[in-house]
Amino acid sequence: MSQSLNELSTYLGEKLIGRVNNAVLAYGELTVSVEAGDLIEVATFLRDDQRCQFISIIDVCGADYPSRARRFDVVYHLLSPKQNLRIRIKVQADEETMVPSLTAVYPGADWFERETYDLYGVLFSGHPDLRRILTDYGFEGHPLRKDFPLTGFVEVRYDDEAKRVIYEPVELKQEFRNFDFLSPWEGTDYVLPGDEKAKTN
Amino acid sequence: MPETSVRNFNINFGPQHPAAHGVLRLVLELDGEVVDRVDPHIGLLHRGTEKLIEHKTYLQAVPYLDRLDYCAPMNQEHAFALAAERLLGIEVPKRGQLIRVLYSEIGRIMSHILNVTTQALDVGALTPPLWGFVEREKLMVFYERASGSRMHAAYFRPGGVHQDLPQKLVEDIGKWIDPFLKSLDDLDALLTGNRIFKQRNVDIGTVSLADAWAWGFSGVMVRGSGAAWDLRKSQPYECYPEMDFDIPIGKNGDCFDRYLVRMEEMRQSAKIMRQCVDLLLGKEGTGPVSNLDGKVVPPKRQAMKRSMEALIHHFKLYTEGYRVPAGEVYAAVEAPKGEFGVYLVSDGTNKPYRCKLRAPGFAHLQAMDFLCRGHMLADVTAVLGSLDIVFGEVDR
Repeated sequence: MSQSLNELSTYLGEKLIGRVNNAVLAYGELTVSVEAGDLIEVATFLRDDQRCQFISIIDVCGADYPSRARRFDVVYHLLSPKQNLRIRIKVQADEETMVPSLTAVYPGADWFERETYDLYGVLFSGHPDLRRILTDYGFEGHPLRKDFPLTGFVEVRYDDEAKRVIYEPVELKQEFRNFDFLSPWEGTDYVLPGDEKAKTN
Repeated sequence: MPETSVRNFNINFGPQHPAAHGVLRLVLELDGEVVDRVDPHIGLLHRGTEKLIEHKTYLQAVPYLDRLDYCAPMNQEHAFALAAERLLGIEVPKRGQLIRVLYSEIGRIMSHILNVTTQALDVGALTPPLWGFVEREKLMVFYERASGSRMHAAYFRPGGVHQDLPQKLVEDIGKWIDPFLKSLDDLDALLTGNRIFKQRNVDIGTVSLADAWAWGFSGVMVRGSGAAWDLRKSQPYECYPEMDFDIPIGKNGDCFDRYLVRMEEMRQSAKIMRQCVDLLLGKEGTGPVSNLDGKVVPPKRQAMKRSMEALIHHFKLYTEGYRVPAGEVYAAVEAPKGEFGVYLVSDGTNKPYRCKLRAPGFAHLQAMDFLCRGHMLADVTAVLGSLDIVFGEVDR
């Protein structure tokens, strides 16, 4: 598997000069990084080229890295049943960048892109119907962003007087506690409570 | 003849409808009785599993996987365990692999029995579910005897499986196989030749192979359309390469072919189970059930009571957990409903940085509009039944 992925990686490097930023082979999987503008072209090539034939779209998802300039990764997983290979394409984006939608190349990208938009707020241009999909009707915010709290902002309950379900701000009986179980002996990136003075001199 | 005004109808199918297989809301646009447009609204069972997993250690994340496709819980855990193991670079001992394969196939039969019989229920047959659930119940007892829980097992953990199987349980599973094949034949005789069942399923919801790939279908949905594609054969994991089994495929890609593929797959699963049982009872199947790396797999309780070293590891592994090297992997298994994948990103700490769960049902359900357009209203339930949708995994 790894041998054929190596060959594929060199082949893509030759055929898609300037479009593939870098290709990494790790854990027996090939990852190529692509600029948003080149995505459609690269995906079409991967689908139609005889040596690739990535005709199946397996997954589209987002990932959030808030410390980066362009904080989102949009990750595509493609599958080539003929060659029995998988490839991962990564596109970087931020809240404003439009990532071109792959729905014209793979109809199956539709809901996956809606999900990425819903959970991360990545915008896709050319998508036929970019609505929220998993969250509630009228939901605000993008829950899988790292700065979105686990407990959320609103909760619902049935109100007996209004005779309907109403939304209220989340009220926690106890503050949400995120325990840090990482061993302090193996290099934390913060100063341990009580150790402030030890580090100064 | 007076002119009557004709207009299209909009119908809400679900979210509370027995044929919706859970909480699916389909907005149907009807022209007479012909479906013009289908707009599935999902997310009514969204629990934010991916977000929750980001806040848990790798071991604590395992039970969430059970709650995705609750018809075959262990198959989901399997994908997560494979992903974590690949990042950690650890192997599962032979006996552990055999137990995993045995229980994956039990899960497959559980899921297929439920799907085949409820597909029949959706088109009007009441007896098949009653027959099928008898066998399914026995399988759940096997789940319970291995893990202590009928459904939410948390049994496949990174490194192996949680506990060893008792000898008696393996023997009982072996004894279950033959009567099951008999009752499967009964079910076959009841359904396959049935005129009404055929009328409702043959040539309904036909998918060509090219469309199936482009829509991201997997599992029975591509096999029904004629591709001999099964991850257990094409990208094998665990000890599947040593198992002897066949991949049934369909010819026409309609609901009836998908039903036939599922029926045959159950027989093949029973065949794999038989081989696993024989191996587990033989000499090859002895040894540990999980990896012996004490830095990943917690020690057993008996060891913990007697050894200081084990006590420390027990405490550390159940509080801090283990650190997984930074990197990203995509691990997929052939779950009963199709390709279930876990895209795991680790940043080198004890919690996953990102864990995307790729559910087969999600990709299948998005094609509802494509599959149902031009069909009759009554065919919507037949198509939905043959897609094998479970909302635990679609909504996550």
